[in-house]
Amino acid sequence: MRRYWPLLVSCLVLVPFGVAAAVPELLSDASPIAIDPVNALLPPGTRHWFGTDQLGRDLFTRVVHGARPSLLIGAGATAAAVVAGGLLGLAAALGGRAADQVVMRVADVLMSLPQLLVALVVIAVLGAGTTNLVLAIAIAFTPGYARVVRAEALVVRGSGYVESAKGLGLRRSVLIVRHILPNAVGPLLVLATVGFGTALIAGSGLGFLGFGTQPPAPEWGAMLAEGRDFLETAWWLGVFPGAAITVTVIAVNVLGRAARGRFAGGKP
Amino acid sequence: MRTLLKRLVAGLAVLYGAASLAFLSLHLIPGDPVAILLGPATTASPEVRRQISAELGFDRPLLTQYLGHLGRLASGDLGSSYQLQRPVGWLIADQLGPTVQLAVAAIVVALALALISAITTAGRHPAARALASAWELTAVSLPSYWLGVLLLTAFSFHLRLFPIIGGDGPAALVLPAVTLALPIAGVLAQVLREGLESALAQPFALTARARGLSQTAVRLRHALRHAAGSLATLAGWLVGTLLGGAVLVETVFGRPGLGALTLQAVQNRDMPVVMGVVLVSALTFVVISALVDLLYLAIDPRLRGAVVA
Repeated sequence: MRRYWPLLVSCLVLVPFGVAAAVPELLSDASPIAIDPVNALLPPGTRHWFGTDQLGRDLFTRVVHGARPSLLIGAGATAAAVVAGGLLGLAAALGGRAADQVVMRVADVLMSLPQLLVALVVIAVLGAGTTNLVLAIAIAFTPGYARVVRAEALVVRGSGYVESAKGLGLRRSVLIVRHILPNAVGPLLVLATVGFGTALIAGSGLGFLGFGTQPPAPEWGAMLAEGRDFLETAWWLGVFPGAAITVTVIAVNVLGRAARGRFAGGKP
Repeated sequence: MRTLLKRLVAGLAVLYGAASLAFLSLHLIPGDPVAILLGPATTASPEVRRQISAELGFDRPLLTQYLGHLGRLASGDLGSSYQLQRPVGWLIADQLGPTVQLAVAAIVVALALALISAITTAGRHPAARALASAWELTAVSLPSYWLGVLLLTAFSFHLRLFPIIGGDGPAALVLPAVTLALPIAGVLAQVLREGLESALAQPFALTARARGLSQTAVRLRHALRHAAGSLATLAGWLVGTLLGGAVLVETVFGRPGLGALTLQAVQNRDMPVVMGVVLVSALTFVVISALVDLLYLAIDPRLRGAVVA
């Protein structure tokens, strides 16, 4: 049981974040965007747990409402990257030499660049905005997943049970979907868990740089950027949105480590 | 020799790929590059647009443009900024200094933290290792932009120990370097600690102990050399993280540099500058990877014979 307590704690920590993302009204019934200049820049207290921002909006409410866009950007980008990387990795491993060469050489080039720079290039081409931001992070993360899936698929392809399934005369598509894919999924899920944390940091980072959700909508990274101008008088604006990101990422990384122990070999 | 040659070809392939990627994204931009160049509030006549288009070669066939693009890059010409009307090479050279300073300072801080953490905790009491594991995990999970905001609030605004925005000299470098270094230190410390632990479990560590070396001497003189090998494989990742992190850290602290230049270029969709940064970044990656391969030979003498043979 002792081995499981970090896992348990991180699951418990993630529950309120999940609730905040799903039904933010449950945690705070105030409006995240209604302006109240009289109560601007109030420090944290019993009425405003996290204080108020420069426009008098309750920071706790904004952090709660910021969960959905922030987590969705990270989850969306991770999901897109896992699917695209999975398909490309399978194509590289099973689609013949030419496909392998093309996919892996492009992956080499993208992986020689910083992920954030790849994402920024995509944003420069497509323009800012939440959808483009998700796409940008997904493209930056896809080569990593493609590489892992390719390696896993190659290992599985050479294993005895795939040979025997082939010997039974199974169709190629059945072979891939029923026998090769399920065995490559474990390490991919481990990677995706840790990858979600990284995607969340990257997404909020791009939000911080001003390429994502536009004000007044709350998003953790964008909130930090707004609060940056008031740090001298209002430390809380710089603390709570970032703490939300960090606590989520730590909890997710603990989950990822536990999962890595379960499926050996999925080392990021 | 053959491995080195192979590495060289692979490096060139990456550079060629990055150059092609640059060309591709320049032409993938939805809409007319001339319109982007002129900005949204322009009243330029179609003749002026055609003239600009001809000057920049946008009216020639794509293949001609592509070959011209590769040729110019090969001769070291990165093109000109749309927005700032200056050669991209100059702009990057101008901003390289502050970013290199920041990156080097961050590497030094990160390595120091990682070495101290790994040497003191590897293979020690479970509580020490749990503590090390916890700080590594926290450091890895910290978004650099938040860490920067926290340090800025605490040390610049409240304690007034460091300058608030920009500034030069060593005092202005401390907080940005620590900000950039801490998440990296978390990764390095973990890899180094695991490397040390596996080295200390090997027979040679026991032999060295039996020869009368102290526990610390075994760590510093024997195990560390082994663990350093696993660090070397992270060099490529490190370059990328430093460059990517610089964009955020330079924004938080209002520092000039390559990151600030990149951000400005992306905001203005100044593609030649963005592509110049991409190419410089790919070149840095290739050069550093090659240097680390050589360094690897110095660390691990067993590989030298393998290369000659």
